[in-house]
Amino acid sequence: MKKLWLAAAVSFLASGAAFAQTTDTLAKIGERGAVNLGVRDSSGLAFTLGGGKYVGFHTEMAERIVDDISKQLGKPLTINYQVITSQNRIPLIQNGTIDFECGSTTNSRARQKDVDFAYTTYVEEVRMAVNTKSGIKSINDLGGKTLAVTTGTTSVQHIRKKARDANLDFKQVMGKDHADSFLLLESGRADAFVMDGSILAANIAKAKNPKDFAIVGEVLSVEPIACMLPKGDAKLKKAIDDSIERQVKDGSLAKLYDKWFMQPIPPNNVNMNMPVSESTKNAWANLNDKPMEDYGN
Amino acid sequence: MAMDWEVFCKDTLDGVVQSGCFGNGRDITYLDWLLSAWGWTVSVSLTGLVIALVAGSIIGVIRTLPASPWLVRFGNAWVELFRNIPLLVQIFLWYFVVPALVPPMKAFPPFILVVLALGFFTSARIAEQVRAGIQALPKGQRYAGMAMGFTTVQYYRYVLLPMAYRIIIPPLTSESMNIFKNSAVAFAVSIPELTQYALQVGEETARPIEVYIAVTILYAISAFVINRIFAFIERRAQVPGFVVAGTGAGGH
Repeated sequence: MKKLWLAAAVSFLASGAAFAQTTDTLAKIGERGAVNLGVRDSSGLAFTLGGGKYVGFHTEMAERIVDDISKQLGKPLTINYQVITSQNRIPLIQNGTIDFECGSTTNSRARQKDVDFAYTTYVEEVRMAVNTKSGIKSINDLGGKTLAVTTGTTSVQHIRKKARDANLDFKQVMGKDHADSFLLLESGRADAFVMDGSILAANIAKAKNPKDFAIVGEVLSVEPIACMLPKGDAKLKKAIDDSIERQVKDGSLAKLYDKWFMQPIPPNNVNMNMPVSESTKNAWANLNDKPMEDYGN
Repeated sequence: MAMDWEVFCKDTLDGVVQSGCFGNGRDITYLDWLLSAWGWTVSVSLTGLVIALVAGSIIGVIRTLPASPWLVRFGNAWVELFRNIPLLVQIFLWYFVVPALVPPMKAFPPFILVVLALGFFTSARIAEQVRAGIQALPKGQRYAGMAMGFTTVQYYRYVLLPMAYRIIIPPLTSESMNIFKNSAVAFAVSIPELTQYALQVGEETARPIEVYIAVTILYAISAFVINRIFAFIERRAQVPGFVVAGTGAGGH
């Protein structure tokens, strides 16, 4: 969902420079005794607390993957955290600056041409947030209402499709970014805000009166989020997938989820209050690395 | 890079290329959408320009009035207020802050708020130019008007302004072209104009380069048309032997 258009432009430029080669990232990691891990500074799944501290559900999961890799290689590994953005993540994977990244990257067929993905560990659901007083419970209540969406996201398209299928007429306002879109909802300029569930939950948790807002209605679309790694590096993919499988099987991933989404988290000690979704549970039960196109979007 | 211009003929929902490139009814293509976005950009810009020219002229004239210190101070305050705050911040002030202070303004459509923001921002700049144009005239012209027995309104109307406006046509041209380019900030408050189109459609189609090229061309065309209109006015309004005499083609 965070795939800004620039990512496509930059990755295009980079793919021209990248040449076909079989990489053995695990060997490289072993030699340097450190993993260059791509992390995010402000996503729901991975963010920074400042001062070089990187936390979040996916960041912590990645640290456990590094632990498992260290056991496999039989030597201790340190982690070099490297902040990446939606724009530069694919080029940085391709040119080997980072070994792999765990943040909020959607596994899509277009990206699979340039990189590989580990097992899906989180499934993003596109939902809508409304003011609890509005009485809106479902897409069908949206006739004549105003909807906020964020420019440059795929949610806009989902909602247009739903409007056509349900033969509904609603007005659409487009916020510059997520904070703006939420401000449209908060200031009453929009009746609902359609976006990734985790972004909605984070914005509600940070709102002046979190109780005034709720996430309601059907799931508009789902997107698999997974760790991204260099293309064609089968050994590294197996190491990461095995670690994820272990974390799912022994229940530690579910506990980790609980820690980051159902309990107060730093820096503000707000509770995201976002129970694990059916789609995510399903992804854990049937580990796979399918792109979003296979989810019927 | 291979360009794929067919992207504009695609339906915005199912991505099927439409024959003739235009959709019908509720099914629209990216080209339909592009033209609608251009329409918004042009409407925002032209309406903003009208407000800017009217308000800018009034404020500019006020600042040169000889015996009205309070009006001059008001004019100065206006200019300093609107040109010292970044345009993007002004847009947000009009959109979120002013309606919170003046509740009836909540009902104003974003279009009006954006046009006000853009118009007033530019009016401060045009007011400076009008003031400069009037003050560039020799003092003798004002006194000559007074000596003719004209009232203040009359000597501004018949003596000062006709000459001042001729002097400032070149900077006014720049300002009018700027308003087209500045109109891109309207995207920040949900006006579905070209910049928003570029961001959204670039994302949806994964062809950002084609989209940006198309949008750039439309911005350039819009600003260039205004440039030509002003160049035409400048030529027609020229007083032989005055200001830009000799260049013949306008000074820009």
